[in-house]
Amino acid sequence: MKHKDKVRIGCGAGFSGDRIEPALVLAEKGDLDYLVLECLAERTIALAQKRKAANPAHGYDPLLERRIELLLPLLKKNKIRLITNMGAANPVAAADKIIDIAKKQGIAIKVAAVTGDDVLEHIGGDEIAMETGNPVSLSGPVISANAYLGADAILPALETGAEIIVTGRVADPSLFVAPLIYEFGWSLDDADIIARGTVTGHLLECAGQITGGYFADPVKKPVDNMATLGHPFADVYADGCASISKVDGTGGSITLSTAKEQLLYEVTNPYTYITPDVSADFTTVYLKQEGKDCIKVSGGSGRKKPSALKVSIGYKAGFTGEGEITYAGANALERASLAGDIIKQRLANKFPGIRVDYIGHTSVHPSSLSNGYQPYEVRLRISGRATTADEAAIIGEEVESLYTNGPAGGGGVRKYVNEVIGIVSVLIDRSKAKSSVILKSYEH
Amino acid sequence: MSIKLYDIAHSRAGDKGNTLILSLIPYDEKDYELLRSLVTADKVKQHFKGAILGEIVRYELPNISALQFVCQQALAGGVTTSLVMDTHGKTLSYALLEMNMDTSQISHI
Repeated sequence: MKHKDKVRIGCGAGFSGDRIEPALVLAEKGDLDYLVLECLAERTIALAQKRKAANPAHGYDPLLERRIELLLPLLKKNKIRLITNMGAANPVAAADKIIDIAKKQGIAIKVAAVTGDDVLEHIGGDEIAMETGNPVSLSGPVISANAYLGADAILPALETGAEIIVTGRVADPSLFVAPLIYEFGWSLDDADIIARGTVTGHLLECAGQITGGYFADPVKKPVDNMATLGHPFADVYADGCASISKVDGTGGSITLSTAKEQLLYEVTNPYTYITPDVSADFTTVYLKQEGKDCIKVSGGSGRKKPSALKVSIGYKAGFTGEGEITYAGANALERASLAGDIIKQRLANKFPGIRVDYIGHTSVHPSSLSNGYQPYEVRLRISGRATTADEAAIIGEEVESLYTNGPAGGGGVRKYVNEVIGIVSVLIDRSKAKSSVILKSYEH
Repeated sequence: MSIKLYDIAHSRAGDKGNTLILSLIPYDEKDYELLRSLVTADKVKQHFKGAILGEIVRYELPNISALQFVCQQALAGGVTTSLVMDTHGKTLSYALLEMNMDTSQISHI
């Protein structure tokens, strides 16, 4: 194990659909040791499990191919190790795909797939869901179960020397904590130091959210050059302190305010932010503006990691049907409301609950035509849940039928049917999620 | 006279299942004590009447001068199964900032 004084980790993606360029900028100009791409939301893996069921060679992130094709030459040139959860439901297939890309580009590479998060075989249905307090089986037919693995599952992959590590479900901060443990030789039992790494991981994991992207408000919180928003990197030191910054010349800004918003983002209890690695106390964290676009993170403490792992369970939750239609001009809201009432009356006995929304601001006509009407336009949206796709389709069909059956002036109907994958969470004993590392490599 | 929270603070919404998480951060750290005394969990519950159905817990983070409100049963079932347009409840941070405060209690504006 190497022992460095400082490790620089960048975060090039904060969700599956994130922009690709900021990661390229980080890989090219960021002088990084590690690049992390965090691409797995709660529901994303259940959808990926569906794709894997349809084709055993799929089930990894839909953008994996495009991201890796562009990144691989830069990672190789600048000797950056990549850690990503783009493996989603199928890390091994993802590793195979990365090897294919490396072959095409003639780049020798070693890829490690981390498996073991898929714990579907251990789910019987009697487990109590944290969200509902009821057995999981009552939510609906279970299609996936993925445990949040921790940094300890990634460490063996780092030790193989693999340049790219691709995982399935891993707690987001663990993607950052693992290389810190590896490089600094931190003890997994030192809760305070693991907590500090977790704080930095949490600050980085949503990428553009700390560089001012999701922070911006042109009136009160203006942020420059958002179209070329940079993603963040952290210089982390062996004592767990970190400085968070971004590549010079990229858009956005990193300030105390952007860092505070991100520190608290999705934290349900700042005293106990629980990951598979630690129970971190965010109330002991200090943030300081160290320079332009640079925040120093210090403090942070923790208590030992939980004995159980959280598991996200995906289940079939039926279908949603939606229909939309727009009204504009005089009494747009009154006509839209009449349309909403008509639909409610017609569907009242067919669906357990129908939701009616009134949306709108200059989407159909230039604002010069608005003549001061408030609102000038209203888009009616009707949505409802159903057990089958055919039933769900009735909602959009009812909205479409307003074309000739009134009220006056409705236009631009769109209708949608979507299958719903629900997510509930349960806890399982750590011993049931056995991680392992599968190595793939390509040499010239 | 009253001013909105929007005038002196910013907020971001997060979600976990059916739970809404709202930070409340003053632009000027000097306003932290003011927010701490005025923006109680009860006031937030009253502001979101009909939208947040469950309990609201407020956490104080004096080291970074911020408050955190964790609101149960607040997202129409949550991101995966709710019928609302903003299933994550991300827009609700700006709903919090619509809350009014009595300016007679605010000395520096």
